[in-house]
Amino acid sequence: MLEVWSLPFMQRALLAGLVMALLAGYYGPFVVQRGLSFLGSGLAHAAFGGVALGLLLGLEPLWVAVPFTAAVALGITWVRERTHIRGDTAVGIFFAFSMALGIVFLSLKREYTAEAFTYLFGSILAVAPADLWASLALLALTALTLPLWGRWAYATFDRELAAADRVPVALDDYLLAFLVALVVVVAMKLVGLLLVAAFLVIPAAAARQWARTFLGMVVGAVFVGVFSVFAGLLFSYGYDLPSGATVVLLQAFVFTAAALLFRRAS
Amino acid sequence: MNATPQNGSPAVEVEHLTVRFGDHLALEDVTLAVPAGAFVAIVGPNGAGKSTLLKVLLGLVPPSHGRVRVLGSPSDKVDPRRIGYVPQFKTLDRTFPALAEELVASGLRRAWPGRLTSGERARVRAALERVGAGQLIGRPVSRFSGGELQRVYLARAFVRRPQLVMLDEPATGIDVLGEADMYRLLEDYQKETGATLLMITHDWEAAYHHATHVIVLNRRLIGFGPPERALSERCLREAFGHVGHAHGFSMTLGGERRA
Repeated sequence: MLEVWSLPFMQRALLAGLVMALLAGYYGPFVVQRGLSFLGSGLAHAAFGGVALGLLLGLEPLWVAVPFTAAVALGITWVRERTHIRGDTAVGIFFAFSMALGIVFLSLKREYTAEAFTYLFGSILAVAPADLWASLALLALTALTLPLWGRWAYATFDRELAAADRVPVALDDYLLAFLVALVVVVAMKLVGLLLVAAFLVIPAAAARQWARTFLGMVVGAVFVGVFSVFAGLLFSYGYDLPSGATVVLLQAFVFTAAALLFRRAS
Repeated sequence: MNATPQNGSPAVEVEHLTVRFGDHLALEDVTLAVPAGAFVAIVGPNGAGKSTLLKVLLGLVPPSHGRVRVLGSPSDKVDPRRIGYVPQFKTLDRTFPALAEELVASGLRRAWPGRLTSGERARVRAALERVGAGQLIGRPVSRFSGGELQRVYLARAFVRRPQLVMLDEPATGIDVLGEADMYRLLEDYQKETGATLLMITHDWEAAYHHATHVIVLNRRLIGFGPPERALSERCLREAFGHVGHAHGFSMTLGGERRA
């Protein structure tokens, strides 16, 4: 079975998957504990609008999707901060709007755009070097934000306490939404927009079942993500299954096992 | 450590404070000065602006008009380490994985701790022991009773040795014994440090017996001063529109008050 990892496309898939597991494990607990689990899915649909615009303009879809999705993430955050509309409603509005834009953009192209389907379903086995570099750059950017982890976690625990201690909670909301948008766009190429939210939500939700601390939840989410990528790629190769979907199914399996094992735990 | 400002200036000065949220007038032309070292209870009906006043003092809500100084600085500029804030514990997100020691340490760091240093853990342990909750240090807060949570939040406020402690309905959801313990802890802290305490409460009797000053609020300032004066029938009738409960309450006014 180990010879699988000697194949270059499997090596690239594993590396990209592990980077995504790290990123999603890091941001996922913030998304889950802030009640923004729908955000990942909404941003992925928004990213589809960006991809479609890229295809229409004949540009590299990823480079259009990144600013497009980031703008949508900031828009969602602005609506949450400045209106009486709940976060899930804001996500719902932007997600439908961006998806509709994407459909219109694709229809304007007037030719078959098979590439769009790559983004719908993802293709972790067809990761291009540029995608790898994008995910590694995002990992480096995330490493730069490590000093902000404590104040992000503080505001996640209690926004008012953090604000009373002069944590710039509104600025941090925008920054987190922006970074999550980047994670979503990069992950979308790997697992597709239909499954991208799973990476942000399921490992963190699984880790919450046993974690006693927020740091423990982050470490647990990374662990679940790494395990699922590693085992999912092996399974999908061995049984000829779609890789991204197999990884997500394994995440769901870990979540279910954790929910059964750690019921009523802290 | 004596937390009274060196120059003897008021701990809190509010001049002509008005706060509007759109069309809604939350506070109107409130002026008062809280002496350093006072234990102040803020009473008033629902929607009277009590929480808004506290949020202005914490720098969370900007005044629409007027001037507010806390510990000698504008409320949004004062060093937050000089203030201990005890929120209503019913706002606690029990799904957030947190240990008591982390919650208390957040008061020290002004950030959520990943790992505590040995020095931090010692200070956290001392703060928890001070409020009789040393045994809770490594336990998850999601399982705490109201009384246990209240102690942990008090430890969180005390751990930074604040000169001003603000509490939002601290007795809500705890039993009578827990409430008595809480007032004892607050009064002990005040005796030791000379800190100023500001507490929102719905309990007039507690305000009468424990506070040195009472603010009676109903958007406007109705009364401010020693409890026997601020909690007069006139002020209560003006603030609450009736004194139904106050008839019974007023009979206790001659009872023993905190020294």
